[in-house]
Amino acid sequence: MIQNTMNSSELAVERATAQNRMSFQRHKKTLILLSMVLPGAIWLLLLRYLPMFGIVMAFQNWEIYYDNPTLFSNIIHSPWVGLQNFAFLFATSDCWQMLFNTIAYNLVFIILGTIISVAFAIMMSELTLRRLMKTYQTMMFFPFFLSWVVASYFLYAFLAPDDGLMVHLFKNLEITQLGWYNDTRPWPYLIVFAHMWKNVGYTVVLYMAAIVGIDSSLFEAARIDGASKWQQIRYVTLPHLTTLIVVLLIINVGKIFSSDFGLFYTVPMNSGPLIPVTQVVDTYVYRALLNTGDVGMSTAAGLFQSAVGFVLVLITNAIVRKVEPDSAMF
Amino acid sequence: MNTSMSKGYKSSRLGAISVPAEIILHVIIAVFSLTCIIPFIFCIIISFTSKQSIANIGFSFFPQSWTLDGYKYVFNMGKQLWLSYFNSIFVSVVGTVLSVTICILYSYALYRRDFKYRRFFTLFAVFTMMFTGGLAPTYQVSKIMLGLSDNYWALIVPLLVNPFNFIIMRTFFQSSVPDTIIEAATIDGSGEYNTLLNIIIPISKPGIATIALLTVLAYWNDWFSALLYIDDNSFYPLQYLLWQMQSQIDFLAANSGKGLETVVNVATMPTQSFRMAVVVLVVIPIAFAYPFFQRYVVAGLTVGSVKG
Repeated sequence: MIQNTMNSSELAVERATAQNRMSFQRHKKTLILLSMVLPGAIWLLLLRYLPMFGIVMAFQNWEIYYDNPTLFSNIIHSPWVGLQNFAFLFATSDCWQMLFNTIAYNLVFIILGTIISVAFAIMMSELTLRRLMKTYQTMMFFPFFLSWVVASYFLYAFLAPDDGLMVHLFKNLEITQLGWYNDTRPWPYLIVFAHMWKNVGYTVVLYMAAIVGIDSSLFEAARIDGASKWQQIRYVTLPHLTTLIVVLLIINVGKIFSSDFGLFYTVPMNSGPLIPVTQVVDTYVYRALLNTGDVGMSTAAGLFQSAVGFVLVLITNAIVRKVEPDSAMF
Repeated sequence: MNTSMSKGYKSSRLGAISVPAEIILHVIIAVFSLTCIIPFIFCIIISFTSKQSIANIGFSFFPQSWTLDGYKYVFNMGKQLWLSYFNSIFVSVVGTVLSVTICILYSYALYRRDFKYRRFFTLFAVFTMMFTGGLAPTYQVSKIMLGLSDNYWALIVPLLVNPFNFIIMRTFFQSSVPDTIIEAATIDGSGEYNTLLNIIIPISKPGIATIALLTVLAYWNDWFSALLYIDDNSFYPLQYLLWQMQSQIDFLAANSGKGLETVVNVATMPTQSFRMAVVVLVVIPIAFAYPFFQRYVVAGLTVGSVKG
């Protein structure tokens, strides 16, 4: 009897220590994994979360406190003005101009970009000379790897005052010209062209990957049933691309208030006369901050963009989750 | 989806479109493909065009006379250009090593199903992709609080973390590392860091290569950090130097006086061909490396696009 109780209590002790050891192991593992996320988490904390508190500047008349010009004391000593910055912002015609530009360019990019990319992907998948097809793909994808600064020089080679190729061509044809970097009229087209030039190669790659994934027996079956090439594209290829098209479409609609800063800043060479057709929210935020030093207005515009964008992303992500759960971001 | 790009393309004429139709397709696609690379070729031609020819007929695909003046200037100007070249290479290498290390560590923890705070840290990263403080507060915090101003950190730190890469990397881990390997390693007494370093990283090399290449490209092509945080031209990266050359035509001429034997005369300087020579020197490394890394980048982007 005594022996037995001894045994069972020993067992209990042993079980307890084993449990202790296991929970110690678990804690140790959690700590080690925490140490792995630490560097990234610190970066996110300092460069993404900390600036979120800076949003208060949108509600202030930002002033530098010269006695002790740290960010914190600047914020503490700047007077609060409520929604005044927003009121000023929306009262200007510049604001509506840049909102219109941002949304209009993005809509054109989305619609035209989708049509062109899908068309090129389908056309390329019909080619029989594989080596040539790969060469095309390599060429198309090239601009994606260049910076907008480099791209702006490429355009400059054609449009440069005095020396540009187009300038000389027009001179020879005796067409009067205003100077490309002063004339707003061609720029909506040039901006759209530049965007397509840089990005179509990339979206073509995405759509081609999707086309490659289609079961080839479906095409064979369609052919045996006497489907023409058009019918095969219409009834086999396109339905299989629909999900990807819809997902990319929705994701891009979620980003409709933000734009590629380089495209709108460097490609028009930061030219003043072109601002009516090249000003977007991102360039406004930059110029208000660093050119005119209007920190409050810049923060207000940035906050507006970020807040509206956040709501849009939540909505579009909810829709994506319904369409294609695997593609939802969260 | 991202395995072999060539798989599934028609290799025979069976079921293919008619020959005339295919010729038309070739013409359309070839025209667009050429449009994508011709501007670069044009810049190469301009960089070899003589000042005289530019004065007479402007930039042309068929210049009247050729010259190496643009490149001679580049090599004689010395200092600023090579300094910027060094800055770009230094920032790209250091930035990529740090960035990829951070990315592997963070996304490996996110990949581990048994990580207690997995959901929290996933959301912690993903939230920053959807909502930001905006440029103005980020600029103030970076420049005033963190001291990212006129130093190499100002070029490295802003691009160090990209939550998109965390997600791409985690997806790579999920598709290439079986859970059982980690269990087996733990039972064998392998520590967490040891498992990551000696077991996980070797089998995830393609994924890591993709992230590394995307990061190198981001650093090499970055000029925005310099636009925000750099005033001192000894820290200019190449891309930003190029941008500055646009707004200040004789920027380099003004700067070359510092301790250089060559006396630069702005009037005789082959400004345009010189500028284009710099463009060519910026693009050349990408153009040469591009055919080799294209495959990896395609793999990474097809994973990341829809996720991001």
